[in-house]
Amino acid sequence: MLSFFRQVLVVTVKDLRAELRTKEAVNASLAFALVILLMFSFAFDPLEETTREISGGLLWIVFAFAGTLVLNRSFAREQPNDCLDALIAAPISGAALFLGKALANYVLVLAVELIALPVFGIFYGVHWTDQFPELLLVLLLGAWALTVVGTIFSALTVNIRLREVMLPMLTYPILVPALMGAMQLTAGLVNGKPISGDSFSWLKMLIGFDVIFTAVSLVLVETVLVG
Amino acid sequence: MRDKLLVFLGVVAMLLLARDILVIAGFPNEANQGAIFKIIFFHVPVAMAAMLCAAASLIGSVMFLLTRNFKYDALAVSVTEVGLAFLAANLVTGSIWGRVIWGIWWTWDARLTSALVCWLLYAGYLMLRHAIEEPTQRATFAAVFSIFAFIDVPIVIFSIKWWRTQHPQPVFWGGGSIPGDWYLAALLNLLAMVLLGIVLTVVRLRQEEAQREIDSLRRTAHAF
Amino acid sequence: MSAVAVDGVWKFYGDYPALRDVRLSAEPGACLALIGRNGAGKTTLLRIVAGFSRPGRGQIRIFGTEPRETATRAKMGFIGHGISVYDELSALENLILFGRLYNLADPHKSAMEWLERTGLERVRNGLVREFSRGMRQRLAVARAFLHDPGVLLLDEPFTALDDRAIAVLQRLLREALAAGKTIVMSTHQLREALELASHVALLVRGQVAFSGPCTPEMVADPGYVYARYGEAG
Repeated sequence: MLSFFRQVLVVTVKDLRAELRTKEAVNASLAFALVILLMFSFAFDPLEETTREISGGLLWIVFAFAGTLVLNRSFAREQPNDCLDALIAAPISGAALFLGKALANYVLVLAVELIALPVFGIFYGVHWTDQFPELLLVLLLGAWALTVVGTIFSALTVNIRLREVMLPMLTYPILVPALMGAMQLTAGLVNGKPISGDSFSWLKMLIGFDVIFTAVSLVLVETVLVG
Repeated sequence: MRDKLLVFLGVVAMLLLARDILVIAGFPNEANQGAIFKIIFFHVPVAMAAMLCAAASLIGSVMFLLTRNFKYDALAVSVTEVGLAFLAANLVTGSIWGRVIWGIWWTWDARLTSALVCWLLYAGYLMLRHAIEEPTQRATFAAVFSIFAFIDVPIVIFSIKWWRTQHPQPVFWGGGSIPGDWYLAALLNLLAMVLLGIVLTVVRLRQEEAQREIDSLRRTAHAF
Repeated sequence: MSAVAVDGVWKFYGDYPALRDVRLSAEPGACLALIGRNGAGKTTLLRIVAGFSRPGRGQIRIFGTEPRETATRAKMGFIGHGISVYDELSALENLILFGRLYNLADPHKSAMEWLERTGLERVRNGLVREFSRGMRQRLAVARAFLHDPGVLLLDEPFTALDDRAIAVLQRLLREALAAGKTIVMSTHQLREALELASHVALLVRGQVAFSGPCTPEMVADPGYVYARYGEAG
């Protein structure tokens, strides 16, 4: 059991170190997030009251799109030189490989979210600090949903045609419930309403989504990697 | 499935549909909504048929992963395509209904939105298949995605339901006194849809098997 | 018990059989040269033996166990068409990474040892993206040997190597065989391979056309096996 987590960590550290050296995915992701925030400001007047109400939802669109750039890289970075072969041949289980990559992606996606959040607050006059602990919880849960589905589908699409198009095309419909839950919760929180009765159901759904899809991914990852 | 049986089922389906249309046209118009209400006799059965197709797709996918027998993969893709057609019919009839009743072509109510998301999910399944050349890899990956999609469907339906409550009360469940022959018409329509679905699936299945055979012959011819 | 046993393996792409009822085995300490024309199925077979894909029928046994089991994979080393090392890391970093993945006791020490044995210790901190083809292949060899595997699976390892790299590889393979390791090697470079091989198997259109010990005639005339057992032309 301990060696399992040690191996997960080896994979996570490898991915993070490689990414931090080039910072390609993170930079692209952040730039993309900023561009989308900018474009939204043309579509919806950021200082309007109504915009404030939907701002929680807008934020998650930004996260979903920017996150895909990071997630696409996840298995794509193993393609040159056939490195994926070496990882599959190594004595680590598919589950360890998957978790290692998912954790690395999680760190990167969260980093993009936590940097985009204050920028969002500035541009849209949104009080994201009011209920920060609860907002952070939603960010953590939502980012994991995005990461786990994105990582398993990154493995699925790594060597098929039109990979960059297929990954979002497959991931977003699956993520609809999780994104919806995250959007509802965030919209409430940035408008000053703490999580209560109704929105509590969304939180439970989000947690359930995370658990279910993590479990299914762990079960099916060997089939995806080896066939 | 033998040709004769297939034609027989198809004819039965057509006859049922014809019978139902006549009978339904004869029903009195509904008090609040008028004649358009009768679209529910098609709107609901196609949705249920689509759900049956999703279940069949899951079974085909799981069986393929367990046995690696391609007939299950052929079943999965055929039944998914037919289900996609049924779902599209559900979306179109719902849209028409909305246009007549509320004056707008699309209302983001719970059931229609869920149907749209499910449609996108299974359209994604077909797109994934198109993106993979090699048959074994295609069948394997499609099966994996089909499992993810099927697990997602109930979550999608429940979460969208919580989010929206604009759809009128269901007719066949909950409240109101509905004449017995209305139930019969709806059930017969469902039967007709299922039979139609079976016929279409088998036709598609055959095409898929033929395609696979051509594929392997082509590979053999080009191999050396 | 054989080191590598291929038992009735079929591989299907759809309905097309890329491999048909392949039966081969390699005893511990043997060097099996897998030869055949392009498209005969050598790479497909090697990848199945290495556990990268599943056979449609039949099974593979490495020292009596499944290649997909974690314990078995620790005893296997693979070099494929790609070098399977990371361009953006240095040679040393790559080997330490794989050392950790293979649960070696002292990854740094093993990494340094293999860098020396493949003649790469001077460029150990250089990024792989700057290496020449020969250097990259030598690093791939270091990666494959790093964890002291009992079975080595090599897919056309001599392709496009300069003479120095070929000499290094041959030396390492001889040392491995002397230490009792088993090698299964697919190749087009018949002369280099047959000098090392103890056994030869010829694949023709996914089937084993010949399998047996490597004889002096074969070494003297590498085309002998093709001419005798393969197809004309």
